[in-house]
Amino acid sequence: MLLRLAPAATLAVLAGPVVLGLAFTVLPAFGFLPALGGTTFALDPWRGLLAAPGLSTALTLTVGTGLATTLLALALAAGLCAAVAHRPGMARLQRLMVPLLASPPSGLALGFAFLVMPSGWLVRLVSPWATGWAVPPAGLVTVGDPLGISLVAALLIKEVPYLTLMLFAASATVPVERLMAAARALGRDAATAWVSVVFPQLYRQVRLPVFAVLAFSMSVVDVAIIVGPTNPPPLAVLATRWFLGYDLAYFHTAAAAATLQLVLVALAILLWLALERPVAALGRRWLARGSRSRAAGGAAGVAGAVAALLILLGLLSLLAMLVWSLAGSWRFPAALPDSWQLWLWRGEAGDAAALASTSAGIGLAAVAVALVLTLACLENEQRHGLHPGAAVQWLVYLPLIVPQIAFLFGVQVLLVRAGLDGTPLAVVWAHLVFVLPFVFLSLADAYRALDPRYAMTAAAMGAGRWQVFLTVKLPLLARPILIAAAVGFAVSIAQYLPTLFAGAGRVATLTTEAVTLSSGGDRRILGLVAVLQAALPLAAYGLALALPFLAFRRFRGMA
Amino acid sequence: MSEGTALRGALVLEEVSITSRVGARLIDRLSLTVAPGTVATVMGPSGIGKSTLLAYVAGFLDRRTFAAEGRVMIGKERLDTLPAEARHVGILFQDPVLFPHLSVAGNLLFGLPRTRWRSRAQRRARVSEVLAQAGLAGFEDRDPATLSGGQKARVSLLRTLLAEPRALLLDEPFGKLDAPLRAEVRAFVFAHARERGLPTLLVTHDAEDAEAAGGPVVALNGPGGVRPPCD
Repeated sequence: MLLRLAPAATLAVLAGPVVLGLAFTVLPAFGFLPALGGTTFALDPWRGLLAAPGLSTALTLTVGTGLATTLLALALAAGLCAAVAHRPGMARLQRLMVPLLASPPSGLALGFAFLVMPSGWLVRLVSPWATGWAVPPAGLVTVGDPLGISLVAALLIKEVPYLTLMLFAASATVPVERLMAAARALGRDAATAWVSVVFPQLYRQVRLPVFAVLAFSMSVVDVAIIVGPTNPPPLAVLATRWFLGYDLAYFHTAAAAATLQLVLVALAILLWLALERPVAALGRRWLARGSRSRAAGGAAGVAGAVAALLILLGLLSLLAMLVWSLAGSWRFPAALPDSWQLWLWRGEAGDAAALASTSAGIGLAAVAVALVLTLACLENEQRHGLHPGAAVQWLVYLPLIVPQIAFLFGVQVLLVRAGLDGTPLAVVWAHLVFVLPFVFLSLADAYRALDPRYAMTAAAMGAGRWQVFLTVKLPLLARPILIAAAVGFAVSIAQYLPTLFAGAGRVATLTTEAVTLSSGGDRRILGLVAVLQAALPLAAYGLALALPFLAFRRFRGMA
Repeated sequence: MSEGTALRGALVLEEVSITSRVGARLIDRLSLTVAPGTVATVMGPSGIGKSTLLAYVAGFLDRRTFAAEGRVMIGKERLDTLPAEARHVGILFQDPVLFPHLSVAGNLLFGLPRTRWRSRAQRRARVSEVLAQAGLAGFEDRDPATLSGGQKARVSLLRTLLAEPRALLLDEPFGKLDAPLRAEVRAFVFAHARERGLPTLLVTHDAEDAEAAGGPVVALNGPGGVRPPCD
């Protein structure tokens, strides 16, 4: 009977913080916050916001980098799929992307910053023999460029693999090979065939992930602090800065900025939706022309090559952090450290281990709750023959599409009221809001796809529902369940704003430390933190693959 | 066997109707009595609702998709009001559906009721005994994925029978086997069902299956068209 409550409990856990948080962001934005003496509505916060220096630039940056990242990520991911769809290298490509999917965006951004900065690895690799630079070039602006190009690039390293994975996953529901064979028989080259007949069928399925990418890239704070423009930064960073200043004079302005962030993301999504039809119509006209030109295939090839380059850059970023964490001294322009050492790993081991165990503890707690709720929802769905519709899918995506700052701000207001800010409960719950959707999304398809005849056979032999769940479904689904747990764990490790807001700045994880150190900390310590940031989720993925393999290695049917 | 005992153990379908929620009537007031030890056959082309009928009898009908009325009984005991796990009706599908995470013995032990076979040694001995009887001696620790098609089919039937069902449902269980194996597995299944005096309901689209079953045959001919059983 408890099972019947699972959907309601899950909804409360997910939507509760989002809806209440939004309310308590929007109210102070209009001056209403009794705790601070605001009992009437006023527009002062908005006047304060509009008077902030550089606001228009910040808004342009927010919208520009967000839309550019999303468009490019989708185009590059589609190009990559088009380029590899007919080749056997797909599995290898997926394995290469795992470290990038597992690593937190902030960790990748740190590595990327080191690659492209004037004193970074890429310049070092060609200096001084090709460039003549014996000191880092002063005129070269890369990290923190005012147009946000490096911000877009750093985000693409994370989002291209994500959307590629989503496209791969969606491909399983479409007869890709037959469709492509039919299109190729009609004279299209392979990449054009994929773009013209497969992609249109996949787009609908990756639409919500695309919106999640759009909302994330417009609202991201940690990556923007690390590689984004600083003066002014994008709106979400501005709001975070005001909020963290703990200057009550800026509190309402911060609330107004967070509200504006919500409006911007909503408008961007509406704009995207409005453009879908005309773009689709153009696409249909292109298909109806019956062109056998190889231009589309060529464009897809270029996009695929750029995507492959980004994946390579991402892997290099991770490697760069590993090298730094092991470096003794490393002068410019040497391509490798002058000396190697492990002292840092020993000297800083205590601090790093404390950070890592806090991060892992929060992650494990959030994943445990997320798994219980997800399994309860899915089992309840099967017992009552429910077929959840699109509305449920949107609800699950809600926390990924509403910008974090827009509701975490209000969540923090409520937590302070309840005296819960900075407690483990608050931090784990804040993480859960983002962990749960990913756990649910990565497990639901496998759970629903399990052959129902296993459960029927067991029931026909007299096994009750819980016995079937524990002895048939759980073992048969061990692998997808553990993978979902690993995905959730990686999501938790990556959280910056939720940790900061719910933890009231007192809970330090690897990710908050990485962002704090990114402005001028010791690069070797930074390397160590970033390596651990990537290592924890990777270890989780490794376990998720290894445990079922070991437990069921005798059984070929479980491979 | 007297009339009385035969009826006590018979599988009885009384005025069973199944309607799809979108409106199509799949089964229309079907009445059928399957005496213990006989195999009744429901015939018809695929998609006509044969498997849906078995799902209703076994207790797996998806109530969101189908509405059903009528009674299902073993002797005088009503089944259609019980959950699937309390009906004690064994079912075999087109595939053997062996649990891939358990050994052959693990699969068989899953079905063996705890109430009758308590100690571990007793349970294992029982499993070894039925394996040996079925020509599968020494297969206890085998991975089901490594068995041949015929071996899988036999293990699947043994598993169902060890659970001590009161009736047996066969959902085209020979459909995926090739011809020589088909006759062999069919004979094996029917022999076991008769030997235990189980009322058995077979659905198939293959006339050869119906002939081998030797019991009453009901033909489903699409919405509304049910021919009465002819012996």
